[in-house]
Amino acid sequence: MANNMAATKLTVTQTSGQFSTFFVADLFFGVDVLHVQEVLRFQQMTRVPLAPEVVEGLINLRGQIVAAIDMRRRLGLPPRDKDQTPMNMVVRTEDGAVSLLVDEIGDVVDVDSATYERPPENLVPAARDLIRGVYKLQDRLMLVLDTERTVDLVTG
Amino acid sequence: MQDEDVIHEFIVESHENLSRLDQEVVELEKRPKDAALLASIFRTMHTIKGTCGFLAFSTLERISHQAESLLSQLREGQRDLNPAIVTLILDTVDATRKVLTSIEANGEEGPDRFEELTARLIAAAQATESIESHAAPDKLTAPVLEHPGDYRYTEHVEVVKPDEEATKSSAVADANIRVGVGLLDKLMDLVGELVLTRNQILQFNSEREDPALNATSQRLNLITSELQEGVMKTRMQPIGMVWSKLPRVVRDMSVALGKQIKLEMVGSETELDRNIIEAIKDPLVHLVRNSCDHGIEPPEVRVRGGKSPQGRLIIRAYHEGGQVNIEIGDDGAGIDVARVKQKAIEKGILRPEQAQNLSEREALSLIFQPGFSTAQTITNVSGRGVGMDVVKSNIEKIGGVVDIFNRPGEGSTVRLKIPLTLAIIPGLVVMSGNRRSAPRAGADAGELFVIPQVGLVELIRLDGQTTGAQIECIHGTPVYRRRGSLLPIAYLNHVLGIDAGPIHVASVVNIVVLQAEDRQFGLVVDGINDTQEIVVKPLGKQLKGLSVYAGATIMGDGRVALILDVLGIGQCSGVLTEAREQTHAATEAKTQKAVEQQRLLLFRAGSFERLAVPLSLVARLEEFPLSSIERAGGCQVVQYRDRILPLIPLSAVLESGSQECGKNADPLQVIVFNDGDRSVGLVVDQILDVAEEAVTVRQKTSRKGLLGSAVVAKKIADFVDLSHVLRVASNDWFQGTGDSSNGKRVLLAEASAFSRGLIRSGLDMAGYRVVEAANLDDAIRALEHEQVDIVVAALDLPPSGSSALLTTMRRRMEWEAIPILALADSTEQIQSRKVEFQNCQMKFDREAMLESVARLASALASAEAPVASMGEER
Repeated sequence: MANNMAATKLTVTQTSGQFSTFFVADLFFGVDVLHVQEVLRFQQMTRVPLAPEVVEGLINLRGQIVAAIDMRRRLGLPPRDKDQTPMNMVVRTEDGAVSLLVDEIGDVVDVDSATYERPPENLVPAARDLIRGVYKLQDRLMLVLDTERTVDLVTG
Repeated sequence: MQDEDVIHEFIVESHENLSRLDQEVVELEKRPKDAALLASIFRTMHTIKGTCGFLAFSTLERISHQAESLLSQLREGQRDLNPAIVTLILDTVDATRKVLTSIEANGEEGPDRFEELTARLIAAAQATESIESHAAPDKLTAPVLEHPGDYRYTEHVEVVKPDEEATKSSAVADANIRVGVGLLDKLMDLVGELVLTRNQILQFNSEREDPALNATSQRLNLITSELQEGVMKTRMQPIGMVWSKLPRVVRDMSVALGKQIKLEMVGSETELDRNIIEAIKDPLVHLVRNSCDHGIEPPEVRVRGGKSPQGRLIIRAYHEGGQVNIEIGDDGAGIDVARVKQKAIEKGILRPEQAQNLSEREALSLIFQPGFSTAQTITNVSGRGVGMDVVKSNIEKIGGVVDIFNRPGEGSTVRLKIPLTLAIIPGLVVMSGNRRSAPRAGADAGELFVIPQVGLVELIRLDGQTTGAQIECIHGTPVYRRRGSLLPIAYLNHVLGIDAGPIHVASVVNIVVLQAEDRQFGLVVDGINDTQEIVVKPLGKQLKGLSVYAGATIMGDGRVALILDVLGIGQCSGVLTEAREQTHAATEAKTQKAVEQQRLLLFRAGSFERLAVPLSLVARLEEFPLSSIERAGGCQVVQYRDRILPLIPLSAVLESGSQECGKNADPLQVIVFNDGDRSVGLVVDQILDVAEEAVTVRQKTSRKGLLGSAVVAKKIADFVDLSHVLRVASNDWFQGTGDSSNGKRVLLAEASAFSRGLIRSGLDMAGYRVVEAANLDDAIRALEHEQVDIVVAALDLPPSGSSALLTTMRRRMEWEAIPILALADSTEQIQSRKVEFQNCQMKFDREAMLESVARLASALASAEAPVASMGEER
């Protein structure tokens, strides 16, 4: 039953062809363009002591308070260089907006569902939970980020 | 389209009417002769009927028509109200509500035609007619003559009705409009944003020297505040809105359970934010049902327990310190703590050995556990164990607190403490992590945090060189002496892990004293900014697990600041650990209050630098010039208030030297003790101070005239054994009066020699002769050898408490009549032992203790002939 559900969901992703893309270290990610609220430069951030370390802080998004999640830490990657300021990619989730701190913002790309494949089995566990699948673009591989799982720090 | 609007309007209006009916019908049951009330009910039903007919809702019309006929009979005085009719009317209200819900949902009346109800209504109406026509035909034909009073009522109503209705409807139409809640909520959000923007502008203004901007921002500030207040008010509703359905709930419950319950509601005009009213609705109903079901006993049980058969359920709401308190109290059986524990063990929530060590308070908190119920049987009303946990979580969700006050046998009270509003609250802005010694690293200038004003008690600022010394450590735990009592201290930086290094001593230390539940602690912060109105925004799911934060807000400069959760901070820092500390603090507070908190007079005499006597024994402090001292009966005396006051130099008694006063300073410092109708003056060198303090360290001395030593106001003081001093020094003086032989002989059974001394001095002073006993065996021996008139025994008399003494005494014929006064350490003890010991008093409440002894003594005196062998000295 659950598998069926996942399968239908997958089909939807495959046919809705547009993805917002971004880079985290050398990984190239894509998020369904309909889930992206906005993209911002680095914002002033309020640290949250005692918070999970992937939560970089809180930003003020025009009166709305939004948590920022550092994608490098979330994916278990080494921290970025000191002089490199991350970008905010604000995504809509079931629990409201959450900002993903990424290295660089890419283009919006159209994808062909025929190029979709499930993620390889031997992916590191930290990343495997968050990557739903892979689109084989012409010049590189685009990883489809599961935003719900990414922002779910309790079980994820 | 227009039709829909009309119907919508009708539904809203009818719901209001129905809730009023609920209330009024229940009220009518209490005052069946209230014509005005009956008229109002009739009118409401009539309105519903009329509108239904207009809108062609036939089922509704039929039901309400029949109900109206029934009501009109009541109104005409053709029959009296009885519970069956009330139930019938209430059923009609319910049916009407059901139909309305159906109309609201799909625009139709629904399949249920309520034939049965209609039939019952018709039957009831006809029954009346037939009964009336058979039984009292005269009444029908000539009501004016037989009941002029009734007639006048009816007349009165008829006259008033159109008038009142007209003014009411027009006034309502003029002064009120209906506004959707959604719109209000939106307004509130906007005002929230405006407040933030205002704060930002004010901050800009403070940085600039522009008079025009200054004036404008002042105005903006004012208007925003007013607007905020106004919009808040639109969302405020009297709590009576929720209460209106409670009389109905209570009535239904009492009928269903066969109990008699009187509901009293106080403070229904207390206003609360709409969201909060919504949120407390269900918990409130649940608590009321709980009280009816578990709290108030059936009438026969109540009568057996010496209470009136009718139980009282009191709901009170009142403002207190920016919060609203709602209390739901009953005079029922209270909560049986032992059964709660037992149930918890059965349910596997507790292990038996845990239950042993549980304090009453902790045990009570068990009822908030999911799936917990002590009801013996499961009824359809309650007992399924769903509820109190939901009540608690619902109240806590809106920032409220639930407390239970339990008086076994006398009832219990649940108190909800609820914030007035959730959206905008005043808060204190504090800073953390601002280390002056640290190199300035831009962003590391310090983080701002907000503490809700509700949890704030006071601010303490320690200044200067001594700050390091003012915060002391007990085994690494920092504490601060605040007005003589210890306040546990937590460092915000440490709690939040911002600065895990050692605590460095700054030149200025800011302590924010916070209150969580009923305990206080101090939080050291690096800076205190100011108070601000803040808009509370929830934290995302990612941060929900952090108990130290209550939310976040946006400051004037647009930065996000976290709002601290006072309770969470306390628990996280270990200052308040949920269970153990609570009991500890509670017991500590209890002992301090009951046993050790005493007002002591401190003075100096001879080589004793600090002596103490309980202030309660002291009548006055006087100064006499040396020249006024005379001699009488070989003793130094002064004339004092037309009487002769003997003077006893204390130093002479304590250090056997000369008995003369005079080497002391002029004038003499004298402490006057009243002893029945006699007075004695104790000459001392200097009066030092009055200290109200917990006596902390005790040491018994063997020295005559002293009871022992204790730390008073941080220094050692010796306690004077007044009974000894007076006995030794005033032998001559008292011998002639023969007063002491008049006293009854009191056996004082108490384990601690120190306490014994203190209590004894009180009894001695009052003229009793005291026999002391330290344990049960001593006491029995004393009873055997001495002629004891009254026994004063501590409840905790070794080895097994004073009950053993009581049983022993009641078994021996000659001791059976000796009255016993039990001395308790706490009021709870008094409560629980009241049945066993008729006379029970607080151990160190000297006045009450003496009073009780005096009462027992006088009872003895009147009961038996004077005992001949009174004169003998021990």
